[in-house]
Amino acid sequence: MGNNDNRSGTTLKTAGSLTLMALAMFGFGYLLVPLYDKFCEITGIGGRTGDAVVEEQLTSEVDTSRLVTVHFDSNVNSALPWDFEPTERMMEVHPGKLYETMYIAHNRSSQPIVAQAVPSVAPGRASLFFNKTECFCFTEQLLEPGESRDMPVRFVVDPNLPARTDLVTLSYIIYKNDAATAVLAAVDG
Amino acid sequence: MSHTTTADHDDHHGHHPTGIARWLFSTNHKEIGTLYLVFSLIMFFVGGAMALVIRAELFAPGLQLVNPEFFNQMTTMHALVMIFGAVMPAFVGLANWMVPLMIGAPDMALPRMNNWSFWIMPFAFTLLLATLFMPSGAPASGWTLYPPLSLQGGNSLAFVIFAIHLMGISSIMGAINIIATILNMRAPGMTLLRMPLFVWTWLITAFLLIAVMPVLAGAVTMLLTDRFFGTSFFNAAGGGDPVLYQHIFWFFGHPEVYIMILPAFGIVSEIIPTFSRKRLFGYTSMVYATAAIAFLSFIVWAHHMFTVGMPLGAMLFFMYATMIIAVPTGIKIFNWVATMWRGSMSFETPMLFALGFVVLFTIGGLSGIMLAIVPANFQYHDSYFVVAHFHYVLVTGAIYSIMAAVYYWLPKWTGYMYNEKLGKIHFWWSTVWVNVLFFPQHYLGLAGMPRRIPDYAVQFTEFNMISSVGGFMFGFGQLLFVYIIWQCARGGEKATAQVWEGARGLEWTVPSPAPLHTFDTPPLVDDSVAVHKDSLT
Repeated sequence: MGNNDNRSGTTLKTAGSLTLMALAMFGFGYLLVPLYDKFCEITGIGGRTGDAVVEEQLTSEVDTSRLVTVHFDSNVNSALPWDFEPTERMMEVHPGKLYETMYIAHNRSSQPIVAQAVPSVAPGRASLFFNKTECFCFTEQLLEPGESRDMPVRFVVDPNLPARTDLVTLSYIIYKNDAATAVLAAVDG
Repeated sequence: MSHTTTADHDDHHGHHPTGIARWLFSTNHKEIGTLYLVFSLIMFFVGGAMALVIRAELFAPGLQLVNPEFFNQMTTMHALVMIFGAVMPAFVGLANWMVPLMIGAPDMALPRMNNWSFWIMPFAFTLLLATLFMPSGAPASGWTLYPPLSLQGGNSLAFVIFAIHLMGISSIMGAINIIATILNMRAPGMTLLRMPLFVWTWLITAFLLIAVMPVLAGAVTMLLTDRFFGTSFFNAAGGGDPVLYQHIFWFFGHPEVYIMILPAFGIVSEIIPTFSRKRLFGYTSMVYATAAIAFLSFIVWAHHMFTVGMPLGAMLFFMYATMIIAVPTGIKIFNWVATMWRGSMSFETPMLFALGFVVLFTIGGLSGIMLAIVPANFQYHDSYFVVAHFHYVLVTGAIYSIMAAVYYWLPKWTGYMYNEKLGKIHFWWSTVWVNVLFFPQHYLGLAGMPRRIPDYAVQFTEFNMISSVGGFMFGFGQLLFVYIIWQCARGGEKATAQVWEGARGLEWTVPSPAPLHTFDTPPLVDDSVAVHKDSLT
């Protein structure tokens, strides 16, 4: 009998630690979300651009000896009835110098709509060296029916951009923000 | 009864309910094993019917029988039903039946939990299959449920997610039970390195299940909150990333494919020595190879998603890590062949299915290596080549091993020999047609036919027709399997305790059919009883 009690005690201990392991792995699944974000942020994989950089804190020297080509690209999610285009397709920039360009957005629908643009930079290794001081992608954008707006992006290419990179593409996808648009419709209604 | 231990009726198993209650409340590992196996067989036919809908539609180009939306529901449901309803429960059922018998334990370590882990399954599959009758239809985004597509379907997604939660809970409870049984309930003298390989592979599989099923539960819970509660884990508009889902999913998904093949390795490693009348060659290396495959399965997930855009370094890492898996797998295949070498072989049905497994699984493994090559993968990705690859490893791999196991242990379960002639017909019928079914799909994929489409360009017609003919012949041939099992359960030639001349191991020391209670007094195990033995142990 004593032997049996021992055995069921060990069994419960094994089962208990395995249950804890399962719960820990459930947590690990969620932990992968911040880990992935951090990993992308550190390595630049996934073409993520960093958060806003404050203009006054830019200290880097302008490297006039070097020219980098910046391409501008735009995509509109199919659920959003907007036109969205860069005003310039391409710019030649000196690293370290602040530049500004415009994207034009137009709401084709008869409803006010809130949208959110998401930036990405290619190649991935350049994304860590592409700093934006101002961008329409930092905030939600509201356009009234038929309204058009010029939306500025101010950016500076870090002079530490690896020498083999002479072409950088800045691309945006703009999505409808369903939640904010619904709130707006409710307020209007 | 000649078996002395059955006379030992303690209070805890003196009472036997009859009728439906016997099955509902059973805590007996053999009865629960039977429940799992019968459930799995039913799901095999449900999933098979869906596969035949797919093959019927693909018999000719153009849309004939079903609309594209329903076609996509069929591909999605076929995969979910076959993976979670047919293959996994079949292996758990075999583990329930055989693990206690193989290690000399009277039952599973946690019998009540064993009952729960089975009876969750019918509820899970009611939820899953009910989506077919809902206004928005079943999920149609593929079994991987990639966002954003999976989030754009109907509300039936919630049912699928809860079904996956239930299946996950069932699998995890089953895995905990199996580990607790193997670690705590072995008969005296049954050291870890005397355990049959089926027990070893299941021990490692159970750890994989505990490690990755919760990650899948997390991933689908994120889908659930993204779809219904306004979170943005995978919603790019809200700052999430759909590619993140693919990483989390395949962190589960790749170990999952080994969950479906490691027990198969164990089964084949039991059957080949029996019918070669030799000990398994390289037993210890088999154990280490299994552990190595399990470890590697955690660091290769991104080879399922080479085309999402990855840095060169990452692609190289995942490519080489994937190819390294061929080494421990190659060790296993070498050992199986070496076991047969100069053996006194005979070719009863279990052996035929095991040999079919070795040959056809190897074909699937080799197309897997082709897929691991990044530049080739860009070409093969999401094509019928991938479909051919994973059906070779799952149908002629996992399913063949399950059929081999059923033929091998059926006399032990029922007490009667099955009809050997029909068994051999079943094997040859299946093997001819399964190749007619899946081999042409390699060519379709190489020629550029994408997977998950209801219609295709006319140049793919001939191979699709051949494949569909193979599908129907293979599918209807499985009715013979049911007939053989049914016939064997009803009677026939009496089976001896040992059943097979070359069989070794504790399960063959109990009478056939195995009485409800076995090994109430633990047997004493030494090298003469142990199934496997090699000079290394």
